[in-house]
Amino acid sequence: MEQQELIPHLFRTEFRKITAVLCKLFGIEHIEIAEDIASETFLSALQSWTYKGLPENPTAWLYAVAKNKARNYITRHKFFIEKIVSHLKYSTPATDDMEIDLSEKNIADSQLQMLFAICHPAISTEAQIGLSLRILCGFGIDEIANAFLANKETINKRLYRAREKLRIEKVPIEFPGDAEINRRLETVLTTLYLLFNEGYYSESQDSVMRNDLCLEAMRLTYLLIENEQTNQPSVNALFSLMCFHASRFKARKNENGEIILYQDQDESLWDHELISKGGYFLHQASQGNKLSKYHIEASIAYWHTIKADTKEKWDNILQLFNQLLQIEYSPIAALNRTYALSKVYGKAVAITEAEKLNLTGNHFYFTLLGELYKNIDNTKAKMNFEKAILLAKTQTDIQTIQKKIEQF
Amino acid sequence: MEEFILIMRHQDGTKIASPEQMQIWMKQTMDWVGSIAAQNKFISGTGLPFADAMVVRPNNIVTNGPFGEIKETIGGFMTVKAESIEEAVEFAKGCPVLQGEGNSVEVRKIAKQDGVH
Repeated sequence: MEQQELIPHLFRTEFRKITAVLCKLFGIEHIEIAEDIASETFLSALQSWTYKGLPENPTAWLYAVAKNKARNYITRHKFFIEKIVSHLKYSTPATDDMEIDLSEKNIADSQLQMLFAICHPAISTEAQIGLSLRILCGFGIDEIANAFLANKETINKRLYRAREKLRIEKVPIEFPGDAEINRRLETVLTTLYLLFNEGYYSESQDSVMRNDLCLEAMRLTYLLIENEQTNQPSVNALFSLMCFHASRFKARKNENGEIILYQDQDESLWDHELISKGGYFLHQASQGNKLSKYHIEASIAYWHTIKADTKEKWDNILQLFNQLLQIEYSPIAALNRTYALSKVYGKAVAITEAEKLNLTGNHFYFTLLGELYKNIDNTKAKMNFEKAILLAKTQTDIQTIQKKIEQF
Repeated sequence: MEEFILIMRHQDGTKIASPEQMQIWMKQTMDWVGSIAAQNKFISGTGLPFADAMVVRPNNIVTNGPFGEIKETIGGFMTVKAESIEEAVEFAKGCPVLQGEGNSVEVRKIAKQDGVH
């Protein structure tokens, strides 16, 4: 790999590891110091490698420099030492030979513990996602801003507030105790689920970025699977769901970035390796007796990996949506259930049910009604699509609905 | 928004129907519950198995099941959110239990802990 590609690549894979280990070492209240030292390490690499050429083992070089910088920081900041060193987890009395453990195991542990610290119930979900991207995924501010379609300043402020919150709450960087782990795991899973969705449904034109968000969410979820304590059925179910969704990456957008609806997708573009991975983890998730919403959503996603419209498929999907809605209502699940209902019992039944939903502020509601009225009452169908277009917010949605109107 | 309980009274289905018929009823019930949940009006609910049922009366008298005088007994319940008793009744009308002669769904308002009830 050429140097100009190597540094961004290493930044993506190593920044987060150095940050997590240093953060664990310094404590959550010094999260910025950890980030700064990691950033400075890469700055040094850029300067040094440009003049002296690539070192033999770039990763080891980065770790060595990061360790030095961390040690220097500690010796240079007496105030810091007095206040903080007593909290340092791995410090020996003499800070000169302080051990900064960048072993694979400590990196994985530190990242997992940081994941729990960042996904703390005290912090808003939005901030959790932003901080996860920065600290755990090594995204730059530009990239996060691009993903959220926000400007850099907004993101900087959001991250600043989140770090402040972690400081005030004195969130420890550690595994939650056995009694707490399931409850805390739920918050972590929600954040990872949203992080994945952020990528999957993002309006950002940058398709590499969107895929990266999804892959990072999958990587973090997989970290939980690799750890015995957090390898719970719901984690496997979420990972399975992500695999099934990710299998359609290539098929769901055309070269102009426009959404291709499920029924119009070229299934030869579906990634069958990911589909079978999804199946494997759904099977893993079935051990245990608690049915989470991720189990149900993964099962629904499984049935969608079978393209052919069979009675069995839609019967199952309908029953799964019936169950999902009892666990957690969401407008999109209500609409999808109604679509499944039309597949099982026909459009007339579904129209009656749809009209009970009363989601008149939601453009998907009118899109669904438009679809249901199509070929039954085309005037009504067109009218509903026209209502939908007035409510649609994003360019992609407007384009999709416009195409439907043009059919009449 | 008020809360209501729908109490279903019916015969023990396993005594009068085939497993296949039971499956059909089960699916209809799930669709009925799903329809209410899709309107964000479902709170909770469960079926009540007819096996292992006991009734306790004064003086420690314990008898098997509530069955005996009447064939229809409580087979399940569901709590829902509704604007009015009329809306709750509309939900009840869709209950598959009502396909059976003699069966019923009783609709009752749940008391608010406001000292009035």
